[in-house]
Amino acid sequence: MLKLQDINTFYGNIQALKGVSITIEKGEIVTLIGANGAGKSTTLMTLSGVVPPRSGEILFRDEPIQNLAPEKIVKMGICQVPEGRRIFPQMTVLENLEMGAFLRNDKDIIRQDIDMVMDYFPILAQRRNQLGGTLSGGEQQMLAISRGLMSRPEVLLLDEPSLGLAPIIIQQIFEIIRKINKEQLMTIFLVEQNAMQALKLADRGYVMETGRITLEDDADKLLDNEEVKKAYLGI
Amino acid sequence: MSFLDFDWEYFLLLFAGGLVKGSIYALIALGYTMVYGIIQLINFAHGEIYMIGAFVALMVSGVLTIYGFSGVSILVLAAIVAMIYAAAYGFTLERIAYRPLRGAPRLSPLISAIGMSLFLQNYVMLSQTPDFLRFPSLIPDFAFMEPIAHIINSVEVVILGTTVITMLGLTYLIKFTKVGKAMRATQQDMTMARLVGINSDRVISMTFVIGSVLAAIGGVLIASRLEQINFMIGFLAGVKAFTAAVLGGIGNIPGAVLGGLVLGLTESMAAGYISSAYEDVFAFGLLVLILTFRPAGLLGKAVKQKV
Repeated sequence: MLKLQDINTFYGNIQALKGVSITIEKGEIVTLIGANGAGKSTTLMTLSGVVPPRSGEILFRDEPIQNLAPEKIVKMGICQVPEGRRIFPQMTVLENLEMGAFLRNDKDIIRQDIDMVMDYFPILAQRRNQLGGTLSGGEQQMLAISRGLMSRPEVLLLDEPSLGLAPIIIQQIFEIIRKINKEQLMTIFLVEQNAMQALKLADRGYVMETGRITLEDDADKLLDNEEVKKAYLGI
Repeated sequence: MSFLDFDWEYFLLLFAGGLVKGSIYALIALGYTMVYGIIQLINFAHGEIYMIGAFVALMVSGVLTIYGFSGVSILVLAAIVAMIYAAAYGFTLERIAYRPLRGAPRLSPLISAIGMSLFLQNYVMLSQTPDFLRFPSLIPDFAFMEPIAHIINSVEVVILGTTVITMLGLTYLIKFTKVGKAMRATQQDMTMARLVGINSDRVISMTFVIGSVLAAIGGVLIASRLEQINFMIGFLAGVKAFTAAVLGGIGNIPGAVLGGLVLGLTESMAAGYISSAYEDVFAFGLLVLILTFRPAGLLGKAVKQKV
């Protein structure tokens, strides 16, 4: 459904992605793990059109999208929940959710979807009129995922949803991610440093090192892989 | 001097004058602050948009007078045409002078802005005239204003009323409309705004258009008060409005309005109680004071630079 082929992305003269190829099938949870600075977030920003690749091809439902502007890519059904959550701080929880539905015009169904995400994360209902900037880290992450869902994407790109959160909150958020995948058959591409959690959740995984994909396999096989254990799981 | 001896009438006169001046500053300051809020650019050519608004209004009112229109209807029609022209200028300005420099070092668009300012001034000087032109007085003296006309006249009341209506309209636009929400989102986090599907280029264009329309309204209003314009009026008004925006906290919309009013009142009081020769000294002295003690401006928040 989503396919990166030999993607090379640069920041000025510095090459951040070196021949990256990734395939994601419909309904899968695929994870991309790797150390800080490996190029994981760049992969997502390239997918979203914020940092277009210098060469290579990105196919979404067999259509090339690597030259499209970010808003076109959202419109096609690929939505990113970026690293650091990036909640609009001076907007209320409700307004943040409405921004997620920016490209939609079906007011009634947007209302229903707001109820739906508030079912996933009941705390957001309590906070609905609070400014985004005043939420805790965990609440912001929940809001960020919800805002992503509000665009009704076919593929949800999640960048480090566990970043800076307490273990119990991480657990909660990962369970919801699984639920969204099961209930809505949503395809999920999860970028994580928290390799253990991510591989437990995912169907398949990719390992990235300094801009290159070095390993790809089923998630449970990666969990057993000696190299992965040593480098990313701390076992 | 006891409380009762205080000349309240004189004070109110100065106060009304300050409010009128301040509301014009505020209208122009909004354009500076909105653009700055979104792309962190001081649009130095903004004062020229205001000047062009006044010139267009002058020409339109000239034509309409020939066709026998009268007073207020001329003013309204002239203002509408001026707003359309200013919007077109603002839109084009962003397209040719700033958009190609997106992603360039911050100094480049700033210099481009100064260049556009000089260009527009000289363009109007050469294509129109370097002399002052008389702007017709289009607002009649309303009969109901008679009892307080020695404190505030009809023109000033129209200016204040128009400003208040414009501000209310702008507040509604920014708070509740889709365009307004897109502007706020872009201001708070442009990358994230793009990731929810907002076309940031379009939002930036809209910001220039709205700012220019406000400047044109200011231009028409001030021209009908001063009753004369030339190609340089944008310069001082621009500097003052920019001061107002910085006073209030650049990038902050209510701040621009507050800054404009504070600046207008300060000038008016200084001119009335001290000397009109010192008007600008007090205006800019106030700026220095505020920047010393509250560098982010009255309503601005100190921005933490993330390293």
